[in-house]
Amino acid sequence: MSKLKSGSNLEKVLKAGHFAFTGECGPPKGANVAHLKEKFKYLKGNVDAVNITDNQTAVVRMSSMAGSALMIQEGLEPNFQMVCRDRNRLAIMSDILGAYALGIRNILCLSGDHQTFGNHPEAKNVHDIDSMQLIALVKKMRDQGKFMNGEDIDVPPKMFIGAACNPFADPYEYRVYRLANKITAGADFIQTQCIFNMDKFRDFMKKVVDMGLHEKCYILAGVTPMKNAGMANFMSKYVPGMDIPDSLVKRLKGVDKRDQSEEGIRFALEQVEEFKGMEGVAGVHMMAIEWEHMVPEIAERAGVLPRPVV
Amino acid sequence: MRLSYPADVKIIQVPCTGRVDILHLLNAIEDGADGVYVAGCLEGECHYIEGNLKARRKVEYVKRTLTELGIEPERVQMYNLSSAQGARFAEIANEMVSQIRELGPSPVKKNNAA
Amino acid sequence: MIVADRKSLQEILAMVEDDKEILIAGCKGCVTVCNAGGLKEVEILASSIKIARKKQGKDIDIEIEVLERQCDNEYIAGISEKVGNYDAVISLACGIGPQFLSEMYPDQTFYPGVNTTFLGGATQHGVWEERCAGCGTCAIHDFGGLCPIARCAKSLMNGPCGGSSQGICEVNKEIVCIWDLIVRKKMEAGKLADLMGVKGVKNWKSARHGGPRKSIREELVQGNI
Repeated sequence: MSKLKSGSNLEKVLKAGHFAFTGECGPPKGANVAHLKEKFKYLKGNVDAVNITDNQTAVVRMSSMAGSALMIQEGLEPNFQMVCRDRNRLAIMSDILGAYALGIRNILCLSGDHQTFGNHPEAKNVHDIDSMQLIALVKKMRDQGKFMNGEDIDVPPKMFIGAACNPFADPYEYRVYRLANKITAGADFIQTQCIFNMDKFRDFMKKVVDMGLHEKCYILAGVTPMKNAGMANFMSKYVPGMDIPDSLVKRLKGVDKRDQSEEGIRFALEQVEEFKGMEGVAGVHMMAIEWEHMVPEIAERAGVLPRPVV
Repeated sequence: MRLSYPADVKIIQVPCTGRVDILHLLNAIEDGADGVYVAGCLEGECHYIEGNLKARRKVEYVKRTLTELGIEPERVQMYNLSSAQGARFAEIANEMVSQIRELGPSPVKKNNAA
Repeated sequence: MIVADRKSLQEILAMVEDDKEILIAGCKGCVTVCNAGGLKEVEILASSIKIARKKQGKDIDIEIEVLERQCDNEYIAGISEKVGNYDAVISLACGIGPQFLSEMYPDQTFYPGVNTTFLGGATQHGVWEERCAGCGTCAIHDFGGLCPIARCAKSLMNGPCGGSSQGICEVNKEIVCIWDLIVRKKMEAGKLADLMGVKGVKNWKSARHGGPRKSIREELVQGNI
């Protein structure tokens, strides 16, 4: 990891040894550029890169590629997300080239939540290749300059390759091996699913460090501040892959409704503080979805401002 | 026991209600019966172990079919009793007949000239 | 085998709404095994249609026939004498049956009486589950004898995804996460190493994606194809 692979801001921040702080932004359910630019305002300067989701939970929104391109126009760095659910290998490779051409330098390779969760459950899904194969594909395109079929690429896309990791899914014992596989496949950085069960995450990170995975790849811990007890409840029941301990729900319910959001933020800040010192954790991925306007305050209180300029 | 039950009931004897088929019940309705019921042994006491349980599942299937066809599912029923319960037998017959009278003649017969 | 579910009576009745003489053709193959289109089901359907018609005050003549298989011209040739006698024919065979019939008897109308769903087997009496996606390049031995193409909702070759929870697929509680089973089997057998690395991308050409398929046994074909 001596030469820069993509030259993205996120890569430079991590390489320089800083504690990275990334954010997330959900595109609009329409072509509402103004609304999207509003969200960017809160994130600009407060994070190293911003994930822009790709039909998340299979709900149709403006494409991640378009959102990323608009983001670049506004002076922020996007982390372009790509799901395997909606594209075959042709569209995938084509989109990667297009993304690079538009100035995008970070890509997060995902499988995608099943379309039955979303607002068009009768759709056909694709899954021509899976997220593991996608990581390997992007690496091949970047490092070998070749398409999947071995043909040369006319100006290869030099992307910083990211992948997701869910330490809370089952089988738990296998998750660290799956992470190892993603790193072998070519993942440069990992963003975990949002963490609420700190005990389980601490245990998971021990395994990660034991296997030396943190030395081969930058691991960012996912944090989502809970707005209220209702949100905790909702996520626990309807969002796939969540592990929300009763203790957190109790903590949120234990305060007055008006104070629940502050309590949620307090919990998130405690997490960030612990992650700063946790071995193997290279940064935090703050997913304040539909709460982007809180990011400046959270970043300030978390002590991660100002963001390093590299 | 010399208890009486309505003459409107025609009895078809089977060695076990497990022998009753979905088609038997449907054919009865098709041929104009206002109602059909299956009287099997008490659950857990079937001489052939599960015949009466199978009969119940078939009766449920026929009820679903009748509902799909816009016919009252109550026209087909499953009852359980022991062969020693003569009084219960008469009671069931009376119950079924009064229920069917309330429902009226089968809609299958209504328009059938025959 | 091929699993199918009979269409609703409402749908079937609408198909033959204006017909006065019909044939219901069953099949002794797969649909008999999954209790969707064998002799019993044919008789039940015939009786149900008659009940519906009588209720409307209308009549209908229904004949029934259960063929050995409807996916073989040899067997469907058996109804050539009478097939023209009806206004329409309802086939309770899987989707293959009415198509073969339509090809052999182009002047007759064949309605599909069942919705053909998947390739699977009976896990218990009365319950059938999908097992095979017909991908054309079987590699279940790479996955401990379990097929992720057919049994993973996302057909992952490097699973499980992050939505696998307590052995259950994120799509619904009824679906077992096949990757959970594959991983546990490998872990218990001490063969976790088999899952390390990246399984190569699938060649979907041999699956339905490559276009409708044909299978030929040259040693059996007489004359030209």
